[in-house]
Amino acid sequence: MTQQQLPKPSRIDWLTLLLYYIFVVAGLLCVYASVYKETNPMIWDTNMNYGKQLIWIGISTTIGLMILLVDEKFFYAFAYPIYVITIVLLILVLFAGTTVKGSSSWIELGGFRVQPAEFAKFGTALALARFLSGYNVNFEKDRKIQLLSSAIIILPMVIILLQNETGSTLVFTAFIFVLFREGLPGWILFAGFLLAILAVLALLIKPLYIIIGLVVLAALFLFLVKRTRYLILITLVVVVISGFMVSSIDYVFENVMQAHQRTRINVLLGKEVDIKGAGYNVQQSKIAIGSGGLWGKGFLQGTQNKFRFVPEQSTDFIFCTIGEEYGFAGSVLFIFLYILLLWRLLKMAERQRQKFNRIYGYSVVCILFFHFVINVGMTLGLMPVIGIPLPFFSYGGSALLSFTILLFIFIRLDANRVNELHSSLE
Amino acid sequence: MNNFGKQRVLLIIFISVALIYIARLFYLQVVDDSYVYFAQSNVLQEQTIYPARGLIYDRNGELLVYNDAIYDLSVIPEQIKNLDTFAFCKVLNITKEEFISTFARLRRQKGYSPWKPIVFQRQITIPTYAAFQERLYDFQGFFPEVRTDRKYKHSNAAHVMGYIGEVTDKDIDKSDGYYRMGDFIGISGVERIYEKDLGGIKGTRYVLVDSKNRTQGRYKKGEFDTPAVAGRNINLSIDQQLQALGEELMVNKIGSVVAIEPRTGEVLALVSSPTYDPNLLVGRDRGNKYMELLRDKDKPLFNRTISAPYPPGSIFKVIMSLMGQQEQVLTPATTYGCHRGYLFVGCHPHNSPLALRGAIAVSCNAYFCQVYRSMINNPKYKHVEDAYNAFYNNVYSFGMGHPLGIDLYGEGPGVLKKATYFDKLYGRYHWQALTTLSMGIGQGELGITPLQMANATAAVANRGYYITPHIVKKINNKANPNPEYNKKHWTTIDTSYFGIVIDGMQDVVEHGTAYVARIPGIEVCGKTGTAQNPHGKDHSIFFAFAPRVNPKIAIAVVVENAGFGATWAAPIASLMMEQYLTGRHDTRKYIYERMIKGNLTHKNDTATATKTK
Repeated sequence: MTQQQLPKPSRIDWLTLLLYYIFVVAGLLCVYASVYKETNPMIWDTNMNYGKQLIWIGISTTIGLMILLVDEKFFYAFAYPIYVITIVLLILVLFAGTTVKGSSSWIELGGFRVQPAEFAKFGTALALARFLSGYNVNFEKDRKIQLLSSAIIILPMVIILLQNETGSTLVFTAFIFVLFREGLPGWILFAGFLLAILAVLALLIKPLYIIIGLVVLAALFLFLVKRTRYLILITLVVVVISGFMVSSIDYVFENVMQAHQRTRINVLLGKEVDIKGAGYNVQQSKIAIGSGGLWGKGFLQGTQNKFRFVPEQSTDFIFCTIGEEYGFAGSVLFIFLYILLLWRLLKMAERQRQKFNRIYGYSVVCILFFHFVINVGMTLGLMPVIGIPLPFFSYGGSALLSFTILLFIFIRLDANRVNELHSSLE
Repeated sequence: MNNFGKQRVLLIIFISVALIYIARLFYLQVVDDSYVYFAQSNVLQEQTIYPARGLIYDRNGELLVYNDAIYDLSVIPEQIKNLDTFAFCKVLNITKEEFISTFARLRRQKGYSPWKPIVFQRQITIPTYAAFQERLYDFQGFFPEVRTDRKYKHSNAAHVMGYIGEVTDKDIDKSDGYYRMGDFIGISGVERIYEKDLGGIKGTRYVLVDSKNRTQGRYKKGEFDTPAVAGRNINLSIDQQLQALGEELMVNKIGSVVAIEPRTGEVLALVSSPTYDPNLLVGRDRGNKYMELLRDKDKPLFNRTISAPYPPGSIFKVIMSLMGQQEQVLTPATTYGCHRGYLFVGCHPHNSPLALRGAIAVSCNAYFCQVYRSMINNPKYKHVEDAYNAFYNNVYSFGMGHPLGIDLYGEGPGVLKKATYFDKLYGRYHWQALTTLSMGIGQGELGITPLQMANATAAVANRGYYITPHIVKKINNKANPNPEYNKKHWTTIDTSYFGIVIDGMQDVVEHGTAYVARIPGIEVCGKTGTAQNPHGKDHSIFFAFAPRVNPKIAIAVVVENAGFGATWAAPIASLMMEQYLTGRHDTRKYIYERMIKGNLTHKNDTATATKTK
């Protein structure tokens, strides 16, 4: 390892690092607040959530530091092996995992539970970056490349779905933005959105009515525009595919999804009002956030979090603590900082000269964004309750560690961007 | 779309999502303030603090009633987890069907919520509680709650103390929101009359609770809490030892014993027989036990002492003697002859003629028929009605014919008719002294409760007045604040007329009809009565006071269908007075033993009858 390959401190993106530590420390305070008891105030206890979390922060910092000291070529070279290892781990979990709350996605490691699905995220990101940055690879044109890169993403999704971890599975759909950046036609992204809207409609209205509506719309469309054979064909295909989609979504909803997932979605869509049942989490979460008011109740003063009205408050519903104790002001500040981080990472990704670095950077941005949208959206009652953590905030060792590794690899790659000129990789 | 454009598309998506979320946050946190309210109702819980119910002591400070912890089994239905119904039912000793039907019943209850604690089973036994406590973890969602119920140290004075039970809907409506479902309230006896004193005042505590309803701390350090005020302790005027003796002596007899301290009107003993053990009406089985007592044909729940009117019989002659003098138709020297009776009223053989004192001592029927006749035919009055009304007023002034106002529920007025009653019965001017002659000897249209008998004796003992009899001597160690219990009710009789009558009453005991009631060393004044009654054997009646000078106790005893007053009522009264005045009742063992062995109930009559067959 030559000296020039080590990152100079000035090359490290300090803003990203600063935001990372702001989030981690704020997250720790929120975890502390969620277990704090007035009757029994504790300063330090490694058996409590916040104690464990502090240990995890230490571990994460150490590993992050190690990542910063590793030769950047390491990640390119070992992208596939890391991917393979995470896939093997995922498969292992299927057979030797510990079941926690209905999902068998955990491995016990000396008192700490680790969730390989978390690590599959950066494994997949590395593999995808490596694959797409390969010599002579043209994602835009080459069908084979498109299929293979989709396969890289879909493989871990399938295994994680088998572990009953719907939330983590969905995270991988974030890669669609990465593919979009690398040449996926915009209409697919757009079609994806349309499909999502159609899917929601399918759950709200009987599929038959949607299909009738689609046919009417298509007829109207064809009536209004200049009809060409090509356009008619396209319209017909769209209608047929949509009709098929709608019916299959209905089928999946009724026959594949589990009862609790169905109710969660129904509650979100307003089809079921059940404040004490499935809607309880969301209702309590909204109460906690709503009661925070403009300025919040103050550190350790949030009664809803403290007295455990919000389920999973230190993990998936950690945003409630922010909302209740720091109010609207604190919540807006949080959102601002989070978007600032995403914006910063986006900028960093774009300034990379190496395709590998850029694709990896985009993966990081998209994964973090997806977590943010789903997690915060769910506490606000805007998204279905999908159990995925808020990066850097939520209590949970493997989540924090995997997000740290995910982020620090990118910081490490970014710190070397000047050396790229001398690089022979591209 | 170039790469810069793509980057911008992503950024626009990020910022749009951020703006949507901020708008949502603004709505939840700033615009809509209902969430603040929801948050409060989530964590704030109003808890009721139940005050300790006042204790009840006897007149000498002996503890009679105290509070005992009982355990209710409550459940928060939503918190039931993996319940082993079989094991659960086994611990509680119920069947699966009962388990299901209990839940069905709870669900139908007003205000049922699966998130609120609700009583699953009231008053589980201590062994059940212990067994349950051990397996608490297995039965998540269920938990025992402690309350207090009454416990009676002695099994006496059930009618006096009454009992407590859960409030009815009517009680709740009347209480203006004070009582809530499941609260205890006094249902009869002192527990009911003095509910306000004994019950205390419930307090309120506002606590913060977590989602599992576990207390997490006080709200604003208890600023809004109100403390519970403990119930006041009460001292009954009852003498526990005397009461216990009275109940012992009355075992297997139907009737009443009422003892009063003449100077104060304090009731020293109030025995209604048959009675029951007050501890029966405590706990889970209260309902069943109550129904059992209610069905008993001797009516143990019926408080005879204050409700049942008896013809007073010969004891009324004492009142007659006083009224005759007051109405100027009788002097101590007045003599009447007796030839085994007078007109249709018979009499027993005795010396004749007799003056007033002797007539009282031997209880001459003829004598008092004559007195009655001269009273009603008194030329002082223009009409018989007027003379009878004077008689009515005199009798009334002894506390007869109306409820005295004792601090117990269900006091009866007795029977005392006005002249208009006879007018209706016979027609105006169509009746006269002879028509109602039997009233002169305490029969006919006269009914007096044992309490009224004892009260009348007290009035004689006081030589002219009585104080309304009452059961509660002190509340919170201060004299009963009811002014009625401090006021002298004067009879219509001048004090000077009492001497000769009391002489006669003393003769009754010393060498008259109630020789058996004599207590060595104490001047006892009394009068026997053997009241005819249309339903069966005569009632044995005796009333007395002692000592003659500065009387300490006035007593009336009625034993139903027991024959002569001297046979049962007089010895019982005598033993009671001896107990109260000397602290012992064993100087005349033979009388005591005859009394407690005496069995006059029809139940055992039939038992012996079947035996002899």
